[in-house]
Amino acid sequence: MAEPRAMDIKDQPGFRSIAVICLLVLYVPVLILMIFSLNSGSLVTHWEGVTLGWYGSAFRNEEFHAAAKNTLIISVTATIVSTICATLAAIGMTRVKPWRGIAAAFMVINLPLMVPEIITAVATLSFFALIAGTLGLNFGIGNLILAHTVFCIPFAYMPIRARLEDMDLTLEYAAADLYATPWNAFRRITLPLLVPGIMSGAALAFIVSFDDFTITQLVAGPGQTTLPLYIWNQIRRPMTPEINAISTILLMVSILFVSVSFLIARRRAK
Amino acid sequence: MTTAALSSASLSKAALFEAQAVKTSARRNRLLSLPALLIIGIFGVLPLIIICVYSFLVAAPYGGVQWQFSTDAYLNFLFQRDIFDDTLQFTPDFLIIYLRSFLFAVVTTVICLLLGFPTAYFMATRPPAQRNWWVLLITIPFWSNLLVRTLAIMFIIRDEGLINNALLALGVIDKPITMLYTNFAIQLGLLYAFLPFMVLPLYSSLEKLDFRLVEAAYDLYATRRQVLWRVIIPLSKPGIVAGCLLVFIPALGAYVTPLILGGGVHLMIGDLIAQQFGSGRNWPLGCAQALILMAAVLVALFFYVRNTSGKVQHG
Repeated sequence: MAEPRAMDIKDQPGFRSIAVICLLVLYVPVLILMIFSLNSGSLVTHWEGVTLGWYGSAFRNEEFHAAAKNTLIISVTATIVSTICATLAAIGMTRVKPWRGIAAAFMVINLPLMVPEIITAVATLSFFALIAGTLGLNFGIGNLILAHTVFCIPFAYMPIRARLEDMDLTLEYAAADLYATPWNAFRRITLPLLVPGIMSGAALAFIVSFDDFTITQLVAGPGQTTLPLYIWNQIRRPMTPEINAISTILLMVSILFVSVSFLIARRRAK
Repeated sequence: MTTAALSSASLSKAALFEAQAVKTSARRNRLLSLPALLIIGIFGVLPLIIICVYSFLVAAPYGGVQWQFSTDAYLNFLFQRDIFDDTLQFTPDFLIIYLRSFLFAVVTTVICLLLGFPTAYFMATRPPAQRNWWVLLITIPFWSNLLVRTLAIMFIIRDEGLINNALLALGVIDKPITMLYTNFAIQLGLLYAFLPFMVLPLYSSLEKLDFRLVEAAYDLYATRRQVLWRVIIPLSKPGIVAGCLLVFIPALGAYVTPLILGGGVHLMIGDLIAQQFGSGRNWPLGCAQALILMAAVLVALFFYVRNTSGKVQHG
């Protein structure tokens, strides 16, 4: 309001209401889902009173434990592997003279973002079926970890690369001028400056792995139920607010990691 | 003279040494991309090649494939072999599902653009501190679990859901309106799922908008509407194209939304493909269907590349 005239030229009638409507549309259904996780009645739709009981019953539920354990094994491993690979790749594609095939390499890294998830899902399923059939190879839950690592790499890669490109190169040159070996220059200068990018990338990789449903559903073998698969199995039975409680936990994990990634990125911008 | 020559010689030697060092480290650095490329190459690209091969094979009775060349998968996409006289009959069932999905994706893209553009513009014209909050608020649903978000929509539109309960309580209707497992439900779910995918790229494009151009337009007696259509929208075209693509491609291949809100009755391409690998037990057909979807996506990407490379020329 300090510059009424400047605000005025930017204004377009009705845009504010549409923005508010969008926000309501995005949040109201999810908020209702969360509120009903506190419902003391056993029906998903009839409100009877407030309780935390459904969270208690979720935490006591053996199937939920197993699913949570699988999810964590898969997403933590996929996050670590994909973040390391993405960091190396980002350095190998920014701190070099453009090499022949760099454009193709960039496309390969980003491929999982361009192919619709259902195609990746059936392709990965076919691949693991083929190597199980011909080579007798079955990595068990490793199948899911590998599948997740593939699509986590580009998500981890993006913020790390952005950070490398924003970085002030003179610091690295200064280190080289002061006779730092390339490895020392990397360890003492580049890497510390890169940490926020790596954290932000790892957070995104973790979320996409943690939340994945489509690829997991098609690739998962028996006993490899993850939390999204567990929710899907519950939907097809008569539902209790326990499903709302578990959904709320999943949403909270996403919100936490997005906010962390967002705050790191914002501090960088300052 | 000699000192100068010496120093210049040592300088050039040093420069040579440095260049050499940079060169070898650059060559070594390039190898750092290898692990990522190998993982995506083996577990991402190779599977795509495998489904290309599979699409030309024969289905095994209990899922999987038999190694025998056949183009039946592609023929079956449009035709069905008559069991009595072995002639091919045009059966557009799959084609209809593809066209339906295309229509769903187009409607989703258009409505997301109509809602997303004003939202992104409004966000971009807030003071910086407020802007960050808005971006965070749109980013959260962008990364939130799609299955859970779709479930939230399901809870609201069910027969015993919040909307029907409210309308019944108010006496507007006397029996619930069936919304779940209809085309309307799928369309609503797609809009809900992909709206943030439109807003974020639009925002990042509008954020860079040079408002001096808007001011100039007003100085030249443009109306608000003219400023919007002739200045703001043309300048944000890259964001519009990117946003439309980010909505259109996943909407076309949507799987979770029709699975939950369509109830297996109203199929989209994604469910159709998954079905061939499940109850349909026809992997080659599923592979062929997946590749036809991929072709559609490539066409969309091609338009995107052509559009954005055109932009570069304009500066």
